[in-house]
Amino acid sequence: MPLPLLLPALLAVAFLVLPLLGLVVRAPWSTIGPQLAQPEVGQALRLSLLSATLATGVSLVLGVPLAWVLARSRIRGRSVLRALVTVPLVLPPVVGGVALFLVIGRTGILGRPLYEHLGVTVPFTTTAVVIAETFVAMPFLVISVEGALRAADARFEDAAATLGADRWTTFRRVTLPLVAPGIAAGAVLCWARALGEFGATITFAGNFPGTTQTMPLAVYLALQRDPEAAIVLSLVLLAVSLATLLLLRDRWLGRGPGQGVPA
Amino acid sequence: MTLDAHVVVQRGSLGVDVEFWVGDGEVLAVLGPNGAGKSTVLRVLAGLLPPDAGRVAVGQDVWDSADRHVPPHQRSLGMVFQDHLLFPHLSITENVAFGLRSRGMRRAPARAAAAPWLDRVGLTGLGDRRPGELSGGQAQRAALARALVGDPRVLLLDEPLSALDARTRLAVRAELHRHLRDYAGSAVLVTHDPIDAMALADRVVVVEDGRVVQAGTPAEVARRPRTDYVARLVGLVLLPGTGTGAQVALDGGGVVAVAEAAAGPVFVAVRPESVALYLQRPAGSPRNVWPLRLVAATPHGSVVRCDLAGEVPLTADVTATSFAELGLAPGAEVWASVKASEIAVYTR
Repeated sequence: MPLPLLLPALLAVAFLVLPLLGLVVRAPWSTIGPQLAQPEVGQALRLSLLSATLATGVSLVLGVPLAWVLARSRIRGRSVLRALVTVPLVLPPVVGGVALFLVIGRTGILGRPLYEHLGVTVPFTTTAVVIAETFVAMPFLVISVEGALRAADARFEDAAATLGADRWTTFRRVTLPLVAPGIAAGAVLCWARALGEFGATITFAGNFPGTTQTMPLAVYLALQRDPEAAIVLSLVLLAVSLATLLLLRDRWLGRGPGQGVPA
Repeated sequence: MTLDAHVVVQRGSLGVDVEFWVGDGEVLAVLGPNGAGKSTVLRVLAGLLPPDAGRVAVGQDVWDSADRHVPPHQRSLGMVFQDHLLFPHLSITENVAFGLRSRGMRRAPARAAAAPWLDRVGLTGLGDRRPGELSGGQAQRAALARALVGDPRVLLLDEPLSALDARTRLAVRAELHRHLRDYAGSAVLVTHDPIDAMALADRVVVVEDGRVVQAGTPAEVARRPRTDYVARLVGLVLLPGTGTGAQVALDGGGVVAVAEAAAGPVFVAVRPESVALYLQRPAGSPRNVWPLRLVAATPHGSVVRCDLAGEVPLTADVTATSFAELGLAPGAEVWASVKASEIAVYTR
């Protein structure tokens, strides 16, 4: 192997792996049990898992139909639509948080009527956490599912139509099962992104233990007050990330979607 | 419930304008080269592609017209695709029952109704398999059962045999013939294989460049081709010309003597095996004898097919033995002769 390629490659590996190793090495392994048993840790972890799962659920219910529209419908301005819905993918999350605040905040465009007529306040609640996470994570699911839909053979849908299935039945009984692996992978990706969400959450939902303080917020706060606790919390997130990677392993390192479908 | 179709579609640079009808219990083959627009016609019949103009009707029901487009799922039809397109996530039974289920039948009765169809196409006991576990021939049989199970008024077959290997094709073709004979509705078979058309269809329309160039029974089409494409398919050399008495002056030059009197624009069709080759001008007085040049020679079963150029371009099939005896090589000058009685002549 040529040295000008090998050397930077090795540096890159070191750069990406060493910090994680450092996290493991510096972990206060002797006190890790009591640290994890602290009620705030459990609270933050529970809230994180709950809100990330809810955000993934919302993303599935709304994002899969959106992916179908992007991949299958013939509406005009589809590429513009695709660009619009993927903006949150590249937008700094904190900007997303500000934007959400301006719309659903108590004085926001939608937030004011919500508050005045229904007495509902969204910001600084667990609902706000879920909304912030959904905003940031749903595009990952949409892009992933749209890719799976494009890769799936649309002629199966033609075959279903000739067998008397309308488009909704075709979607339920043919399209959805065919792209199920792609949806699953998209959901995992979306969930992992939601779990790590920080910027939009702290901007829009604040940082209240028990209601809006998710794991990433807890890590950030703990680092200033009790570095050991921050390390332990980080280790938990690292473990969850590794588990996610393991779930996705088959997809990223092995077979892609649709390749398991016999010709 | 005759299928009556006039299909007009513009697909990129190809303009398709094709008209035909198919009676009850009849099988119509749409024969043509790749890219002639055959599959486009079939997609229009299925409702998958709205036509730009024309009309599709089955009996009294109009499926396509200027102000009407019935979507595919509301048409009473079954379709068999080239590569079967069985749903990979469903068992064979579920695949066959799919049409009944999507038309509102409940799961258990639909499966029960699918079972006898599996028996009819020879897949007894394979209902629990997945499509990936079947051979190509089995999968195409399952696809046929899936298309026929709802007793559709129209059956569409899109190159149903071309993805199969030669031996399987023979077996599936024979079975398909049996099922098509029993089928009461109108069947349209799209194929580029003349043997499929000859073996399965009651009538043939030949489509080239989006137009019907010939229509008739398989025997008529085989005996009297009207385009070079059809002539090549059925193994004839087609020469257009103008008849006067027992002679035809070919459009490309040269004169052919024929046995029957012909008048006006005609086709002359020559079977390659009726062309004899000689190194010297043959003795006696055969009327059809031309000096030609050998362009190419390719082995074709037990004969060698010789493509000849000259005043009257011909193809000759000679036995391998006589080819060796003549000692011919491409570029060689030969004399070709055909008996007038061996030449078919019919009006253009």
